[in-house]
Amino acid sequence: MSQQIKIKRGYDIRLKGKAQEKVQKLSLNKYAVKPTDFHGIFPKLSVRVGDKVKRGAPIFFDKHHEHISIPSPISGTVTDVIRGAKRKMLEIRIEDDGADEFVDFGIENPENLGAEKVKSKLIESGLWSLIRQRPYTVIANPVDKPRDIFISGFDSAPLAANLDFVLEGKEESFQAGIMALSNLTEGKIYLGIGANTKSKVLLQTKGVERVQFDGPHPAGNVGIQIHHISPINKGELIWTVQAQDVVTIGNLFLKGQYDSDITIALVGSEIENPQYYQVKRGADIAGIVEGKTTPGHLRFISGNVLTGTKIEKNGYLSYYHNMITVIPEGDKYELFGWLIPSPKKLSFYRTAFSWLTPNKEYRLNTNLNGGERAFVMTGFLERVLPMDILPVYLLKAIMVDDIDQMEQLGIYEVDEEDIALCEYISISKINMQEILRNGLDMMRKEMS
Amino acid sequence: MKLIRNILDKIKPQVQEGGKYHAFHALFDAAETFFFVPDVVTTKGSHIRDGVDMKRTMFTVVVALIPALLFGMWNVGQMHFRSMGVSVDILDAFWYGFLRVLPLILVTYGVGLGIEIAFAQSRGHEVNEGFFVSGMLIPLIVPVTTPLWILAIAVAFAVVFGKEVFGGTGMNIVNPALLTRAFLFFSYPAAMSGDKVWIAAKADAFSGATPLAELTAGHSAGLSPLDMIIGAYPGSVGETSVIAIAIGAFILLYTGVASWKIMTSFFVGGLAMALILNLFASSFPANSYLQLPAWEHLLIGGFAFGGVFMITDPVTASQTEIGKWIYGFLGGLLAIMVRVLNPAYPEGVMLAILFMNIFAPTIDYYVVEANIKKRLKRARVVFNSKNL
Repeated sequence: MSQQIKIKRGYDIRLKGKAQEKVQKLSLNKYAVKPTDFHGIFPKLSVRVGDKVKRGAPIFFDKHHEHISIPSPISGTVTDVIRGAKRKMLEIRIEDDGADEFVDFGIENPENLGAEKVKSKLIESGLWSLIRQRPYTVIANPVDKPRDIFISGFDSAPLAANLDFVLEGKEESFQAGIMALSNLTEGKIYLGIGANTKSKVLLQTKGVERVQFDGPHPAGNVGIQIHHISPINKGELIWTVQAQDVVTIGNLFLKGQYDSDITIALVGSEIENPQYYQVKRGADIAGIVEGKTTPGHLRFISGNVLTGTKIEKNGYLSYYHNMITVIPEGDKYELFGWLIPSPKKLSFYRTAFSWLTPNKEYRLNTNLNGGERAFVMTGFLERVLPMDILPVYLLKAIMVDDIDQMEQLGIYEVDEEDIALCEYISISKINMQEILRNGLDMMRKEMS
Repeated sequence: MKLIRNILDKIKPQVQEGGKYHAFHALFDAAETFFFVPDVVTTKGSHIRDGVDMKRTMFTVVVALIPALLFGMWNVGQMHFRSMGVSVDILDAFWYGFLRVLPLILVTYGVGLGIEIAFAQSRGHEVNEGFFVSGMLIPLIVPVTTPLWILAIAVAFAVVFGKEVFGGTGMNIVNPALLTRAFLFFSYPAAMSGDKVWIAAKADAFSGATPLAELTAGHSAGLSPLDMIIGAYPGSVGETSVIAIAIGAFILLYTGVASWKIMTSFFVGGLAMALILNLFASSFPANSYLQLPAWEHLLIGGFAFGGVFMITDPVTASQTEIGKWIYGFLGGLLAIMVRVLNPAYPEGVMLAILFMNIFAPTIDYYVVEANIKKRLKRARVVFNSKNL
């Protein structure tokens, strides 16, 4: 019997457009690797436009951390390097050549392989980038010794992919991934599982400490799970890996190659017949959403509505994401929108009337629904943040650059995704994820 | 809808940066956002946002104040005619009161919003909705006879020195509405106390003393508990009717806008102090105030109004959940203590809440400190176990 933890505080945003549980395999032509998916790195290209690359070959690496390189998801030709302001590298586009050549990293049994061999294989293949550390949520440093490794086995975010479903039939790869990871820590590998999971993968994998979580979002966030199992103290390091990424790591050892396949959920109120698709990392979303959206001005999001990245209609799936959400843009004026109770609006608060329809699913748009104000209301943010953290005090400490206070108030324990719900319910419409990211960056700089 | 939008769209280019009337940008913005939720979409962080904003939240408080306002208007008329010995029907009384109270509301909003808009313009902010509530609170906590010029000065003082110097709504230390009241009380005591100020155009023969004044003078309150609950007696415009205030309290608590922790602990604190004072009633028979049943303390004066609308102001109250219990309790305790034990002030609610406003950050400091210490202790345990 695994340990059980009940999460009481939190909030499930009820959105329309949940994915039906069926998968379609899509063969797409265009892919991209986006350096912007990796926080805090300084990308240097390993390839040039026109180069042929094999699947698994490095596309770029981090100038300051040579252990970080990002592999190509397909075998093909580099067609473009897109740069933004100040020549910031945004996308490296690759077109599939159909040859499916791959770099052979060699098949190995990961069990008791030893930390050095596992590390060098992950670093060589570029898949080291799938292991990230807390605090700061950046790619881990292989010389560190993490206290534990945490994996969340369910995603509680709005419309998130059902991991039970996407992991189905991947027992062997998942188990291999866990065995590889177990070489990397002297601590435990914790696997957070949902209350109702029946997944064989999650329930039968060996070598993990299972902890069951029951409750609303953000119970599925790995940060919340860490906090409830064993919070991060100053000076401690935790490594985290996403469940699907464990499968990718497992496949590296089982097949000796970078298997970039990933099952994604295409969801949102503007998607007709939302369902799952099997694609490769970095896939061009135009090929995925084509002909499946409703007309109108839409927002395409790689990831979920709370933490995802806004992308264009012809953008690319981000490295760590396993879903695409499409919702309407809210760039319309609304007469007395703040005053007239509208059945179309969802609110956490009782000052609007959506609490009268507790089971209704909503088609929410991207309107800010108000103007930015100073912090006024108190006591609400805590209700959607199931941590022993005082969010307003922490955010204010960050706003005034008070490093000591940030540390004292527990900045090491939180990540942007953990306070995303606070940002969503904020009456003052304050961009809290951005503030927290600034604080984390400040802290990281200070500590390095 | 089209018509208003067209008018606004026509004006908009002229008030924007570089436009001819840029000096009126904040005013235009306030008007525009009053009519329309803007077409601004999320650019960072969460792509969707909650449907409720500051306007709706503040509007809820104004709605909660309406019962007290309507009753107050009727009571102003009713007391006026009663003092003259004339009996009139409800509507006539209400109409008279309406005409007496309306100028107070207009002056308060005019002065307060004018200053808010000017500050928003100079700072490049949007106008914050906080004053919608303050502007409704102020007319309800002053005597109906308050001269308008005095009211204007008090509001200007409170908004500038109570709020804007700190950075506007959300940054202020004390409640602006109570600061207005305190400014009036200390600067113009003749206009704010005594028997003459509580009833509009009172006939001289009629005693216009409030129950608190009677009690301070050593008389009985002269009211039955039922009278206290209904509230048809002299007092500040909105403070007298417990029923009207209770309706407001229900709205605030049900919507969650006011903290039930603060509200409850304020009343518990008041009751506790009143019970303690009752214990001394036999030792000091000269002070008849000590004999007033504890629960009646909660019904008279500004206690109910202060406990529902004033101490629950989220900006000036304690911001931590444990702090809220302490803050409310001490507020209630002090209010009754000042009311009964200090002969100079017939009412203690205003001073108690202002004092607690200033004290709230200190309470929060210790609550936050406890959170910090817990984290530090946890880290030490880990550190020690590693070094064994």
